[in-house]
Amino acid sequence: MSTGNMNLTLKVWRQKNNNTKGALVDYKLADISPDMSFLEMFDVLNEQLINKGEEPVVFDHDCREGICGMCSMYINGRPHGPKDLVTTCQLHMRSFKDGDTIVVEPWRAAAFPVVKDLTVDRSAFDRVIAAGGFISVNTGNAQDANNLPIPKMQADAAFEAAACIGCGACVATCKNASAMLFVSAKISQLALLPQGQPERYRRVQSMVAQMDAEGFGNCTNTGACEAECPKGISLENIARMNRDFASAKFVSEETV
Amino acid sequence: MSGFGNALSSSIGRKYVMGITGIFLILFLIVHAGINSLIFLDDNGLKFNIGAHFMATNWIIRAGEYILFLGLLVHIYQAVNLTIQNRKARPVGYAVYNGNANSKWYSRSMGLLGTLLLIFLVIHLKDFWVVSRFTGIPTVDANGHEDLYAVMKEKFQDPVRVAAYVLLMISLCYHLLHGFASAFQTMGWNHSKYNGIIKRVSVWYAVIISIVFALMPIAVYTHLID
Repeated sequence: MSTGNMNLTLKVWRQKNNNTKGALVDYKLADISPDMSFLEMFDVLNEQLINKGEEPVVFDHDCREGICGMCSMYINGRPHGPKDLVTTCQLHMRSFKDGDTIVVEPWRAAAFPVVKDLTVDRSAFDRVIAAGGFISVNTGNAQDANNLPIPKMQADAAFEAAACIGCGACVATCKNASAMLFVSAKISQLALLPQGQPERYRRVQSMVAQMDAEGFGNCTNTGACEAECPKGISLENIARMNRDFASAKFVSEETV
Repeated sequence: MSGFGNALSSSIGRKYVMGITGIFLILFLIVHAGINSLIFLDDNGLKFNIGAHFMATNWIIRAGEYILFLGLLVHIYQAVNLTIQNRKARPVGYAVYNGNANSKWYSRSMGLLGTLLLIFLVIHLKDFWVVSRFTGIPTVDANGHEDLYAVMKEKFQDPVRVAAYVLLMISLCYHLLHGFASAFQTMGWNHSKYNGIIKRVSVWYAVIISIVFALMPIAVYTHLID
């Protein structure tokens, strides 16, 4: 598969588990094709390591189509590498130059402990969702689609928020390791639609409380999350979450 | 208060506290810069001293001064608090961190800029506030008001002080450049029809306020006003 002409130096974070200290390890790669994805380049590295009898680099990946949110990797100081609006699996080696040195690190956050090498435990996100990122509906036949009229702009905004794949790039790039972009997208996708209204103010309180309990940092509005998000989730969602939170705490009589 | 739960201690509540105190301090700076601009009338400080006299004696302003200090302390306390939490949220840092690729340096350096401003504030309060409130202004002007203008002229003969004031006004400018628009975002006021205006006003506000403040020591030191 490797029939290219790129020579690269990789500096990859290797860490046995969460109880040991990790370090950057240098690897030389030759004949890398510019058409490979970043993860395929890692596959080549891992084949070489296995052939040499060494431990392959552990990294998260699943669909490799840019939609599942599993791949991570902090590449040369940016989550998902140098390109905008792509995940690591959709990043190709043509975005680098022959002879480049590429530093690859795991997401860094207290709430995302390293499992091994480049894989971190992102189940903190799952617990935030479980705290309220859902709607409660009775089972039965689905309603006719036109029973709930939703303005086009509202539907589009909800859809854009729902595009979040929960990869955690926002947390990784935020200087405070804040999860506000993720949480606000998950709150907004429901807060913008009629189905989300009954639990709207309970949801924002529960999810924000869980986010805080997980040990994520606080938002300082640098905008780094929005700039690095592979799905282009907007900062408007954070403003909406802040508004909803204030309404929930100071206007709504519902407490959690 | 139990109904409010963790309203103010949660991550968003703390940000609200930062935003509200920030907007309060932003409004204060307009008053401060406005009164200070009276020195540019070049009337030997007569109008400026009237303004200073009013600020020192009016009871509403005097009461407001306590609220101002309270707001400032809350802003600083909450900033320190948030910064400590934020540091804890990333115990192991990155070997390579390309922040400039996705955000402005000053938006990531509010703590540093704020600390510089705190140092400035200590110097500034000692230079003028302590003199006018406690140790006393030695001379009076033609109207019989305490001559704060004379105190200012004397202080700004020192080139080191003038340079320090001007440099720290640059950090004020950057602090405001992020802080002004950021306060709106924190309060949830993000709206496609107003974002452009907020952004523009924020830039104009930060630049004008800082220039007005920086011009004072420069103008006095270079005898542009006398």
